[in-house]
Formats: sequence, C-alpha cells, structure tokens
Amino acid sequence: MAPANFPIPTGSLLALGVLLFCIGLYGALTKRNLIIVLVSIELMLNAANINLVTFSRLGVAPSLSGQVFSLFTITVAAAEIAVGLALLIAVFRLRRTSEVQDLNVHKW
Amino acid sequence: MVQYAWLVPLLPLVAYVFLLFLGRKAPEGIVAGVSVVLTAISFVISLFVFQAVGSHPNGNDTYVFHWLTVGSRNFDVGFQVTHLNALMLVIVTLVSALVLLFSKGYMHRDERFPVFYQYLNLFVFSMLALVLSPNLLQLYIFWEMVGLCSYLLVGFWYFKPEAALAAKKSFIVTRIGDTGMFAGIILLFLASGSFDYSTIFSAATAGTLSFHGMSSGTVATVAALLIFMGAVGKSAQFPLHIWLPDAMEGPTPVSALIHAATMVAAGVYLVARAYPLFVSAPAALHTVAWIGGITALLASLIALTQRDIKRVIAYSTVSQLGYMMMALGVGAYAYGVFHLMTHAFFKALLFLAAGSVIHALDTQDLFEMGGLRRKMPLTTYTFLAGALALAGIVPFAGFWSKDDILGATLASGHPVLYAFGLLAAFCTAFYIFRVFFLAFTGQPRDEAKYEHAHEGGWVMAVPLVILAAFATLAGFFNTPLNHHGLERYLFADYAAPHSAAGTDVVATIGQTYPENIGLMAVSVAVGLFGILVAALFYWRPGKGAERAARMFSLPYQVSFHKFFVDEAYEWFFVGGGKRLAALVRWFDVYVLDGLVQLLGRLGSVGGRLLRFSQTGQIQTYSAWATVGLLVFVAIAVFRIGGVFG
Repeated sequence: MAPANFPIPTGSLLALGVLLFCIGLYGALTKRNLIIVLVSIELMLNAANINLVTFSRLGVAPSLSGQVFSLFTITVAAAEIAVGLALLIAVFRLRRTSEVQDLNVHKW
Repeated sequence: MVQYAWLVPLLPLVAYVFLLFLGRKAPEGIVAGVSVVLTAISFVISLFVFQAVGSHPNGNDTYVFHWLTVGSRNFDVGFQVTHLNALMLVIVTLVSALVLLFSKGYMHRDERFPVFYQYLNLFVFSMLALVLSPNLLQLYIFWEMVGLCSYLLVGFWYFKPEAALAAKKSFIVTRIGDTGMFAGIILLFLASGSFDYSTIFSAATAGTLSFHGMSSGTVATVAALLIFMGAVGKSAQFPLHIWLPDAMEGPTPVSALIHAATMVAAGVYLVARAYPLFVSAPAALHTVAWIGGITALLASLIALTQRDIKRVIAYSTVSQLGYMMMALGVGAYAYGVFHLMTHAFFKALLFLAAGSVIHALDTQDLFEMGGLRRKMPLTTYTFLAGALALAGIVPFAGFWSKDDILGATLASGHPVLYAFGLLAAFCTAFYIFRVFFLAFTGQPRDEAKYEHAHEGGWVMAVPLVILAAFATLAGFFNTPLNHHGLERYLFADYAAPHSAAGTDVVATIGQTYPENIGLMAVSVAVGLFGILVAALFYWRPGKGAERAARMFSLPYQVSFHKFFVDEAYEWFFVGGGKRLAALVRWFDVYVLDGLVQLLGRLGSVGGRLLRFSQTGQIQTYSAWATVGLLVFVAIAVFRIGGVFG
C-alpha cells in the first residue's frame, strides 16, 4: 500500500482520462445499440470528470472546486441520462427498434 | 418697337396655355378663333418690328437677362432682333396665322381638334422663340421643342400605324443631326467661352477660337460642320432627308406649316444665322454648298415619279431646301434667305391647296384624281400660282429667288452645282405640273370621289388666296426694280460700324451678283420646257406616262423607290444593327451566360453528388466531426504551436 502522502502522478491520471475518453468515443461511434451508445457517452463524461478532479489539485491555489464541479457534472449527467433513456423508450415505442443504424430518417 | 419683339412668341404661348385650360371639349370656333387672332396680332407686331429694325443700319438689338451662373460662367436668356430674325418673324407669323385659319376647315369635326390647336400654338411659340434666341443654348432648347411639336403633330393620328412610325422616324432621324449640332455648340462654348452668337462670331473671325491646341480655323470648321449636321437633320438634307416625306402622314396643315414653311427652314436659318462662323470655315461652307446641290437634284428626281400628292410636294420641299443650302454655301447669303421666304409662301400654298384637294376627295393618290378644275376652281388657280412660282416662271416669286441662286452659283465659280440646280429646276417644273395636270385637268379617274368633291369654305379659301398673292408677288421684295431691297435689308446686319463680323464675312455677304438676262432666260426656258414635257405626258388622259415609265423602266424604278436610300439605311444601319445584335446575343448566350450557367451547374451537380454524404447515420457524422476536430488540433499544434495560442 502506497503512503498516503504519495500522490498519483498527474500524467497517469490524465492518461486514464484519455483512455476512458477514447473508449467512450469508440463506443459512441461504433456501437449499434442505443443503450451502449448512451453508456459510452457516460464514459466520456467520466473522462472529463477525471480531468476536472486531476486539475483541481494543480494551479496557483489548489482547492476542491474541481471535485465539487465534477459532483455537479455527475448530477447533471444523471438527469441527462434519464432524459436520454426516456427518449430511447419513446423512439423504441415508435419505431420498434433501438438500433442506431435504423434511425436514419434524414438520409438523402 | 424692337424692345417689344418678345410679344411675338408670347402671344402664341398665351394661346397655347389658354387652350390647355379650355380643355379637350372646347368648341372649335373659340379654339380656332383665339389661335388665329393672337397669331395675327403677332404678325402685326412682327411687321412693326420688321419696319423698326429696318430704320437703323445695325439692328442687332439684344435684350438679355441673367439666367444662371455655373462656376464662373454666366448664362443669359433673352431675345435678339436682327434683320434676319425680323424677316423670319414676319414669315413665320404670317404663314402660321393662315395655316391656323385653314386648319379650322381641314380639321373640322376631328375629335382632338383642340389638342391639334394646342400643339400648333406650342409649335408657333417655339419656332418664334427659336428665331429670337440670342445664343446657341437657347436656340438649341427651342430647336428641340419644335422637333417635339413636329413629332406630336406628325403622329397626331397616332392610331394609324404609319403615322406613329413616321413620327418616330422623323424624331429619331432629326435627333441624329441634333446630336452633332449639340456637340458643335459645346465645342464652340469650350473654344470661345460663350454661347452668344456675337462672342462666337468675333472669336471665329478674329481667329481666337482655341480648343486643345487645335488651330482656330480647325475649330471653326469642325464646329461649323457639326452645327451643319443639325441643319441637315432639321432641313432634311441629303443623307438625313428620309424623314420628311414620311412626315406627310401628319395632317396637311402641319405639313404646310412645319414641314414646308417654317421648321424645316430652321436648318437654313441656322446656317444663315451662323454665317460668320461658316465663312471663317471655307471647307464647311463648301460642304453646305455640295450637300445642298446634291439634295436639290436628288429630291427633285425622286419627286418625278411619286404617286402621293403630298409626297411629291414633300420631295419638292427637300429639293428647295437644298437650293437654299446651296445658295448659302456658295456665298449667296441673301439669296438663300430670299428663297427661304418665297418658298415659305408658295410651298405653304401648295400644301394647303393639296390639303384642300385631299379634304375634298379623301385620297392622296394622284391617280385617283383628275378634272378637279371644274369642281374646285379656286383651289386649281391658287395651286397653279404656287406651281408657277415653284417652277420658276417669271414673274412669280420662285423665279426671282431661284434665278438669283442659280446666277450666283455660276458667278461664284461652281459650274457643276449650277448644272445640278438647272437640272433640278427642270425636274421641278416637270413634277409640279405633273401633279397639276393629274389632279386638276383631264377626266376624273375616280367618279365616286369626284362627285363628292367641293371647295372647303371660306376658312380654307382665304389662306389660299392670300398665299397665292404672296406666291405671285413676294419675289418683288428683291428685284432690280426695287434695287434689291431685301438684300440691302439683310446686309444691314453686317454693316459697319458695329458689326462683330470680320471683313471676310462682310465681303461675302455684301457681294452682289449682277443680273444676267441670259441666265434668266435659260432658267425660264428650262422651267417652261419642264412644264411642256409634263403637259405632253399628263395633260390629256392617255397612256403616255405609262409608256414613258416602261421605256425608262430602270431610271423610273430607281426614282420611284427614292434611290433606295431607305432600303440602303435599312440594310446598313437597321440590318447592321440587327447583325451586331445577333453577334452580341450569341456572345451573351454562349459565353457570358455560359459562364454563369457553368457556375450554376457546378453548384447543382456538386450538390447532387455531395448529397450522398448525407447518410442519416448520426455516428458517421460524429466520426467526421471527430476527424475534423483532430485536424484542427493537429493544425493548432503543428502550425500554430499550441491549442491556446
């Protein structure tokens, strides 16, 4: 177990964020199921949250505001995902599908 | 008295305004009465002015008022009474008053009768104001106004397509000349700094015209030629003569007043008025002489074969105007003006008499007339007086003036022009007596129309009689019998000591040509011979004319088709314009429009192709957006050096 005062390096944290973001982006762009796409978007949000938390300890006056900010983000994201799921259900009721590829009304 | 000369144009203007307020439903009697009375008063005033000017040797009475100032230039308006102007006032007011009276009968029951009189009064005003103008700018304004009135009156029966077309043609063709004239006026203004005749003339004769390093003589020549262009258009001289015969579509009183006696003489008047300028530009003067001579001959040849009575007289007008130009061109200033005067009388007479015939028969075709002598004796004999005057038979008016011109042309050393004039004189005698014999002698060719024929009442008779008297006697204003009264009168404009003109001008204008009995005899003989030939062909009803036409088929056709001048213009200018337009259209459609079309097509084709990128797949779009973001970041990092600058 690492000593309590030994901080995880900023680079590692940012790398974790990037990794999470890329996984999320990959999922959002490639997955066919709308639910997975929503989940992937959540991953990207969480990557952003990690960045907020990471950067909160840097700067001229390190503070908790970044962490507080990410708490807000999580709350808003929760509300947002509720809306997203509601939309998903509405779309499913209408079109009997939750496949992203089938939702192409705006095709040429 | 001279200071009241402004009343002369004012009265017709008053009549015009009065008729405007009277409206379109005004009774004919009041409309005609007001016009005739006011113009007649103008005539009386003109006579007094004429008399008053004659008493002092230098009658250049100029009254000007400041009009406007542009920069450092002052422009004046006003009026100027010279001997020439005074004479013109008398001619114009006299003929106008008579024509206005005649129109009462001729235009009777025309539903736009008051409008006709409005136009005529406006014309008379403009013409008189033109004559009195003290500077070229004012002259130009009224010059265009008489052109406008001519347009309105030629197209008076606008519901006839020919009349509408003729009005348009007369306006456009004269405009061609006017454009040159305007350029000439501007050139003179730039070269001399003024529009005033006196300033321009003294600069021209003193050789102080200057414009961009051109010598004064060159400026004078160019300006004189340009101004002569205006005269060519207005007076229907050779290249631009084509509008006048077509203008005969207007009512006959209009032809008599505007297209015979006054407006078309404005070109001659202009050359006479600007004579000092022309004398300082001998090349221009030569051009005037030659254009005049060619016009005189050409128009008289065309007149030989026309079937329409008014067209014959119209070509005769063109021809006689050519004589006047020729006279001015060879230096016989007074004779040109003298012929202008006699011609105004006898040609107005011929037109009014022809109008009387047309009014009676309702046709203008000579070959539907005949034998009118018995039905219309007054018209016949007044027409005969006019015809004799036109043919130049002693002692009628035309004899004196035409003979003077021919004599002066020969004496001034222009034998070719003299030959032109003499040949034209023969043709003139022939064609006018052809008209006379066809219309008034022999048997009627159209019985129904003949039965209907009658004299037009006193309003038409009085002008005919008065004009016939003038056509017979006006020549005596300038004969050896009264020691060339008119010549001396006109010369007073240029007499010392106040004359602005140089010695050249004075010498040219003051030159007198002694009477030559031999030449007179030749002219009269030629005239009589022309009448004789006409009588042989046309007096007795027969086939002589047709046989002659067949015998000289080619020249006959050439003359009948007016030397194909209209056709040549049609081919060259109208056709050329159309060909040019077709070329430009091709360029427009295939090159300019092609470029525009290409751009348009590029957009629509490109759009149609790019449409397929619109897959409707949100994930594809996001992928592209991501790629785009990466590209921007890459640019920011590698080209700019960082996302934040």
